Amino acid sequence: MLSLTVFLPLVAASLLLVPGVGPTAARWGWVLASALELVLVGVLWWRYETPPDRSLAFDEQVPWIPGVDSSYHVGLDGLSLPLVAMTAVVFLACAVYSVRDPDRPRSRAALFLALETVCLGVFAAADLILFFVFFDLSIVGMYVVIAGWGHGDRARSALQFFLYTFLGSLALLAGFIGLYLAADPHTFDMLELARQDPFAGGGTVAAAVLGAILLGLAVKTPTVPFHTWLPPAHTDAPAVGSAVLAGVLLKLGTYGFVRLGMVLLPEAWRAWAWVVLVVGLVSVLWGALVALAQKDLKRMIAYTSVNHMGYVVLAVGAAGVVSSGTTEARSIAVSGAVTQMVSHGLVTAALFLIAGVFLDRSGTYEIDRFGGLAGPAPRTTGLFAVAAFASLGLPALSGFVAEFQIFTGSIAAVPWSAVGLLGILVVSGVFLWTLARVFTGDLGPSSRGFTDVAGHELWAIAPLLVLSLAIGVAPRPLLDVVEPAARSVVGLLGG
Amino acid sequence: MDMRPLAMLPEMLLFGGGLVCLLGGSFTARRRQWRLRAVAALALLGCAVAAVLGSLVPGSAFEGAFVVDGVTTAGRVTVAVATLLVLLLAGDEVAGNDRESETYALVLFAATGALVLTGARDLLVLAVGFLLASLPVYALVGLRRTARGAEAALKTYLVGAIFGILMLLGVTLVYGLAGSTSYPDLAARLEGLPTVAVAAGVVLVVAGLAFEAGAVPAHFWVPDAAQGSTGLAAAFVTTVPKIGAVIALYRLLLALPDTLAWGLLVAVIATASMTLGNLAAFGQEDPRRLLGWSTVSQAGYLLVPVAVAGTSDLALPSMLLYLAAYAVTNIAAFAVTTALPDVRDLAGYAGLLRRRPGLAVALVVALLGLVGTPPTAVFVGKLTTATAAWDGGMPWLTVVVLGNSLVSLFYYLRWVAPALARAEPAAGLAAPRPWSARTAQLGAAISVVVGLGAGLLWAVVDVSLLP
Repeated sequence: MLSLTVFLPLVAASLLLVPGVGPTAARWGWVLASALELVLVGVLWWRYETPPDRSLAFDEQVPWIPGVDSSYHVGLDGLSLPLVAMTAVVFLACAVYSVRDPDRPRSRAALFLALETVCLGVFAAADLILFFVFFDLSIVGMYVVIAGWGHGDRARSALQFFLYTFLGSLALLAGFIGLYLAADPHTFDMLELARQDPFAGGGTVAAAVLGAILLGLAVKTPTVPFHTWLPPAHTDAPAVGSAVLAGVLLKLGTYGFVRLGMVLLPEAWRAWAWVVLVVGLVSVLWGALVALAQKDLKRMIAYTSVNHMGYVVLAVGAAGVVSSGTTEARSIAVSGAVTQMVSHGLVTAALFLIAGVFLDRSGTYEIDRFGGLAGPAPRTTGLFAVAAFASLGLPALSGFVAEFQIFTGSIAAVPWSAVGLLGILVVSGVFLWTLARVFTGDLGPSSRGFTDVAGHELWAIAPLLVLSLAIGVAPRPLLDVVEPAARSVVGLLGG
Repeated sequence: MDMRPLAMLPEMLLFGGGLVCLLGGSFTARRRQWRLRAVAALALLGCAVAAVLGSLVPGSAFEGAFVVDGVTTAGRVTVAVATLLVLLLAGDEVAGNDRESETYALVLFAATGALVLTGARDLLVLAVGFLLASLPVYALVGLRRTARGAEAALKTYLVGAIFGILMLLGVTLVYGLAGSTSYPDLAARLEGLPTVAVAAGVVLVVAGLAFEAGAVPAHFWVPDAAQGSTGLAAAFVTTVPKIGAVIALYRLLLALPDTLAWGLLVAVIATASMTLGNLAAFGQEDPRRLLGWSTVSQAGYLLVPVAVAGTSDLALPSMLLYLAAYAVTNIAAFAVTTALPDVRDLAGYAGLLRRRPGLAVALVVALLGLVGTPPTAVFVGKLTTATAAWDGGMPWLTVVVLGNSLVSLFYYLRWVAPALARAEPAAGLAAPRPWSARTAQLGAAISVVVGLGAGLLWAVVDVSLLP
């Protein structure tokens, strides 16, 4: 069932590549396949029951390279299921958004469907090599998206993206090899590695392996100082590419922090949690401040992503700072981190799709060229306002639920992580100021003749925001899935 | 100890096939020379079948000078399949050429040399294998009578001759010290002898094999041969001799006494090859020359498991896997260049995806495969060799492998990027040659299938090595 869910988009992609499929069929085929995928994920969610510690729901395992004990091993738990669901939603939104786009629809649909399989595969993987295969392919897929469908200086941005994130993935691979060799018997299986806990004794090799894995994930997430590839990649990527890149691909990094760092190397994680915490804090503040200085709408959103991913890193860092009596608080922080991943996925995908509307209508992202858009484009204004409020953490939207948990848990564990609250303040300022500059005041030069969002764009963007609202109003269905997994992870860290 | 000449049936089949091509060429009309291609293909198929059958009766032959074990079989099958793929390129590049039959003969002779290297368990047989694998290569590189071809042939010949002489000198030295050239005797007899003399002898032999492998310090001929010769010759000389040389080096290292850190010597050569090959490939504009330098760096990766021979259980299987993966992927990449023989700069590939999507996909799979992107075969090879290096006590070599993979990505992408670009297709892309295009696609497909089915291959391949 899980494998079917993971590979359905890939099968659909190969069907779309059969000669004779017309452009209209390709566009609607993409929507249909993504919708079907969402239904399958819904069934998974419905049938999901929290698995016992150190096991996975929907567990499937087939030997792949027995010589190095690597297998095709997939499964879900409370950390991965919400992200799988978020991935399916974001990709469906992209499919709907592209339903009128005439730019080589067949290959684009196939590429995005293949990318969906790859992203789902990373979240479902329970084997380090399988994880790496999907992780690396996500880079290749996004490279082709930026290089093939981007605009501006796309070749350069795509190259920078590929080289930078490939560095991260190779660092990750080095860490995986270290884990494999430390285990006895050698294995790449995540569950088996978690059971063995090969680096329970700590030591320099453990620190080096964690360092390599953290470097790989920090590049992918990205955290300061490895974030410089993100703004150009976003600026030159197509709208749907940006939505997937920010909504889904960044989560591969933060998900790895929990899945690989905390679960596989708990001892080393505890020793280095301070570093992670500080990196998270710096990302929060740096991302927020640099976002404030941006003139380009997409770069602004990209830097708020650095800020938002910073909250996640902050939370998982705080969760590793073990002291007695903070277990409950730290598990709230981890649960907040997962909620933030889901929330950021939905909201940022919506923001980037709206940014795509701006480029489509006016050919620019420059904030100063707009103004007074609320008049000619009320629906765009509404969507952007809701997305901005969700992103800055207004209560009743998903960002609030996430950030509230993150700071409740982190401040209880490490009081001075409250400095991160400044980030929320600055990002609120960024969004409110942007709202004021773009949508109120006199009409800017690019605001004239700006047509409001069309039906298909509304149908792509609005559901993402409705889901954010749903999580904000009724977070229980999500938290019921996440919280047991968060408690289990924090239990591994001890304390 | 007996002769068991039939143990070398695969080598005999190839050599015999080469002779038939050479002689038959004089008696076959030019437009019927495809028959000789069929003869060559049959010889290669026969060689592969004989190799598989021969694996049923492992053991040594010719009084222990040649050995048939799991490694020999794997090497023979890889060489035969790789040469067969190269032969497919002949369909449009060499067909009807006035040197057609000679090409086939030289390819088969050189492949025989690679096979002899694969099974050699005696320094003298090693030397014979070296000569048999290199002499036809000089001629093969020079077959295209252009200025560049002549320069490439001259360079190949000079480098090969120098390193061949050095190798013979090394063999003489080791023989003088040990009083034997047979591998099983070397460890015991070299023990306790002056290390400098032993080291000098071994280093000279290793240098000769470095020429065959196209590795530093004997790599100078590779980029010129790749650029100046025919595409078929380029694909062949950068692939098949490497297979023989790497396996021969592995056997040699296992036979040496533990008096010196031979693994470290190979690790240094590997590091130098990877790094130099990658850095030199950076600025290349001619795709063939770029691939030539890329094969120098690939030789470095191939030597990584040799550096940890005997100290990691993963070394041998990972080396065999990487050899097979590299051969298929490299030939696929060269096949793309022979499919578009007139496109001699990277910019000429602009718009390939739009004009020839099948060929473009093959190119991307082959180049990203050479980087080691999953799920291609080279990924599994690189993963396991990097793991073997760390396992064998050289974690720094693992870092070198991964770091170099990152560096190599840059120049492969310089080729991939125009191919994927939305640009107006360049003029030279109009009519790719059919045989080469098909070969490129076949090679890329095999690369992915082997990557996905690596576990199966791992289970099937016998990695026994007779000492």
